[in-house]
Amino acid sequence: MRIEEKLNTLADAAKYDVSCASSGGTRKNKEKGLGNSHQSGICHSYTEDGRCVSLLKILLTNHCIYDCAFCVSRRSNDIRRAAFKVQEVVDLTINFYRRNYIEGLFLSSGIFKNADYTMERLLQIVKKLRTEERFHGYIHLKTIPGASELLVREAGLYADRMSINLELPTADGLKQLAPEKSHDEVKRPLDWINKSMIQLNEERRLMRHVPAFVPAGQSTQLVVGATGESDKDILYTADRFYRDYGLKRVYYSGYIPVSEDHRLPGIGSHPPLLRENRLYQTDWLMRFYGFEVSELLNDDHPFLETAIDPKLSWALRHPQEFPVDVNTADYRMILRVPGIGVGSAQKIVQARKFGKLRFDQLRKIGVALNRARHFIWCADSAVPAREASPAEIRQHILATQARRFSPAQLTLF
Amino acid sequence: METYVFDGSLTGLLSAVFTFYERKSGAVKLVGQDEYQPDLLGGQLEIYSDPGQAARVWKGLAKQIGTDGLNRFYAAFLGEDATGYQCLFDLSRCIFDCGGNVMEDFGNAHVLFVSQLARKVHREKHRMEAFVRFHKMADGLFVSVVEPDYNVLPLIRKHFADRYADQRWLIYDGRRKYGLYYDGDRTEEVEIGFSERAAQLRGPSLPENLLAEDEELYQRLWRGYFNHTNIPARKNTKLHIRHVPKRYWRYLTEKFDLHL
Repeated sequence: MRIEEKLNTLADAAKYDVSCASSGGTRKNKEKGLGNSHQSGICHSYTEDGRCVSLLKILLTNHCIYDCAFCVSRRSNDIRRAAFKVQEVVDLTINFYRRNYIEGLFLSSGIFKNADYTMERLLQIVKKLRTEERFHGYIHLKTIPGASELLVREAGLYADRMSINLELPTADGLKQLAPEKSHDEVKRPLDWINKSMIQLNEERRLMRHVPAFVPAGQSTQLVVGATGESDKDILYTADRFYRDYGLKRVYYSGYIPVSEDHRLPGIGSHPPLLRENRLYQTDWLMRFYGFEVSELLNDDHPFLETAIDPKLSWALRHPQEFPVDVNTADYRMILRVPGIGVGSAQKIVQARKFGKLRFDQLRKIGVALNRARHFIWCADSAVPAREASPAEIRQHILATQARRFSPAQLTLF
Repeated sequence: METYVFDGSLTGLLSAVFTFYERKSGAVKLVGQDEYQPDLLGGQLEIYSDPGQAARVWKGLAKQIGTDGLNRFYAAFLGEDATGYQCLFDLSRCIFDCGGNVMEDFGNAHVLFVSQLARKVHREKHRMEAFVRFHKMADGLFVSVVEPDYNVLPLIRKHFADRYADQRWLIYDGRRKYGLYYDGDRTEEVEIGFSERAAQLRGPSLPENLLAEDEELYQRLWRGYFNHTNIPARKNTKLHIRHVPKRYWRYLTEKFDLHL
């Protein structure tokens, strides 16, 4: 098979993994080697679906011994199979990198023969890149579920980020669609790497030369909309993994139908892009806005609203917390106002030292007043004749943003 | 009102500031040589670019606004904007007259303009770091021809020198007719006397007989990869164009069909 066909086949097979970040690493170029990586990462291009192309994202092979119903590379699927040789992956990475096409390599694989055999190959590639080619660009390596601890730990010495996908948010869902796999198989390597990272960080305090170990941390991916789990199931799982394994990111990937299986949405049905978006918004609220997941989703509200964003939805359910006086309230509470992001909240706290803030200043700072004004109090607020009810506020906001979020206008497809 | 005409260089601009204090001028209009149109009424003064004077002004600015402030000042200068030059001149006067770091005072119109211009320049710098595409030549030199909106080559120099430390490369600004050349040790600014025909070449259309043997293969592989990593079910052209504005497509190997 020609290299071109291999690349196309194995890029096709790898693209459903949505992680593309090349950030978090700060590897320097040493002794005139090739490449480095920045804290912020660089997106070198964007595909027509609007996703960033930062890394060469490929599978080593799409041969697989498993038969997971949601996966395009499953054993029973009648597709073209291909496999790279170790040197081919190295050459592609180096040659693409030298031409400034990419920030580095994202390497994953189907499982052929067994987990250790596959992991060993992946390890050979990253080792060769780092030691023989003296490559200091970004490497994101998938951990193969079931691989031995020794191999996984060694790979951590060469990769910037490692990840292993949970795929289905619930153990039940996984059992249904991928009976040969289990959540435990995913948790074990996450735990090994997390423990090694913690241990090495402690050693780093005592000694100067401790090897870099997965400097950009770990991540995982959850498939959304393949089985009937609720948003609550998804985000509670994510929350537990953020806590237990110190993950840098959880990615949510709207399920794109790749098989005619009665257990799954049929081919041709649209991926749930809006739901995916709401999940990411909630994820951000948990990580950067000081929200507990239980405040946003609980047994009374197991699903996120699609019409409005999760912060606004929370605010409308808690009218007793508002209005917030932006000139006196603490940072934590200002962050909770719909329409105020982290950047605006910080600017508000800085700027109010020089004088009381007015609406026009808030607008310049970058606050989305169409949402925020219902929830804040500032220097030139007028006392309303009657307080609007949450239902009225919702009506009003929906009316002003109707064009952006009404399903008919959704241009995502 | 006096009109100062300077040569468009940073040295020139800083010399103008020096001259202003030396001559104790009143209101001054600063214009670049290329844009100057003689005026019947007002006096005009040709500013001589004096490196010694410029260094003194630069040092004085550094003392007041620090490294961050200087970086912003320099980035705004690279924005090559007529209003920007005037703002930088007036801002320098503010800095020397008021003392202290005025760079955070966004109520000041000059500060605001300069920082907004600096931000645009930085965005272009970041785009160049992302969108430069090198073409390997037969002699092992990696070449990229770009036409950035602003004069950002001085800002991307370090990024490329750090990253591609083990290969010789050339990034050439086709609009401003100069380039950065890294010979494996040092980066230098170079001017190249292109022939008439070569000067019109854009983006990836470098003469094919000079390309390395495997260049065509890797360009084809990259284009194939780019198309196959796309998920058609998620197509979102609007978002795509927002991230990669069309004026950059001509640099991009994956967007530019090369008929080799």
